[in-house]
Amino acid sequence: MTELHYYLLLSTLLFTTGLAGALTRRNAILVLIGIELMLNAANLNFIAFWRYSPNPEALHGAMFVIFSIAVAAAEAAVGFALIIAIYRHYKTTNLDQVDSMRG
Amino acid sequence: MTLPFAIIAGLTAGSAIAAVSLRNLVHCALCLVVTFAGLAALFLQLNAEFVGFAQILVYIGAVAILIVFAILLTRDTETQPPAPITTATPWAISIAIAAFVVIAGAMLQSKAVPVASMTAIVEVQGQKMELPLYKDVNPKPTVKAIGNKLMTDYVLPLEVVGLLLTAAMIGAVIIAVQEKKGAK
Repeated sequence: MTELHYYLLLSTLLFTTGLAGALTRRNAILVLIGIELMLNAANLNFIAFWRYSPNPEALHGAMFVIFSIAVAAAEAAVGFALIIAIYRHYKTTNLDQVDSMRG
Repeated sequence: MTLPFAIIAGLTAGSAIAAVSLRNLVHCALCLVVTFAGLAALFLQLNAEFVGFAQILVYIGAVAILIVFAILLTRDTETQPPAPITTATPWAISIAIAAFVVIAGAMLQSKAVPVASMTAIVEVQGQKMELPLYKDVNPKPTVKAIGNKLMTDYVLPLEVVGLLLTAAMIGAVIIAVQEKKGAK
């Protein structure tokens, strides 16, 4: 096991934690938290592979993570706006009760 | 495995598990902040200083605050009954565990080639030479280098991300704006 393996194991654990959270929890906010965890696990993978790559001066991994963080911020903003709009309409954030599109 | 890595990794993984499993939503959000901070510390350990501080600014400073706001804005006045354990829950957990086993197994099976021994065969003036690919350096990307990259190689993605953030901001405001009374 190299150093890289430990980082990859940790990011696998984070990813599956986020997956389990997104699948089991019925609250829309917690589903988004799970998705954020999965995104962060991917970012950790990018940085770890970049650090132990043959040519880290090219900065490809780090640049990808910077853009990924920006996209994740946009995703979180729209996601929570949607949750608040849904809450205003249905008075709940439980995904099992949000089951009609006509309203 | 170094001791700082073990401490940070344990904290990160533990708080991530707590963030998706606790009952109280506010506790979940606070555990998520710990997870983000642990990830930022890991980025710093991996010599990605700028990414680490961007992680702190964006995730702890913006996303976590957004989550807390969303939780407080959508909180019901009456106490919520604990979520019943449905038949989907064991399935979802076993799917996640299976995913972990498959990914981790595949990863541990893969042979790690020590990067220092990687070589590349290049042709120089008709002669084939085997050169080492890896200079054993600790990468120290400066903010200046990252800025240079952003303004040269990555200028188009930078513009696209700017457009995306503007569109997301306008979209979020339009979605969340108060519905007018009577208008449906």
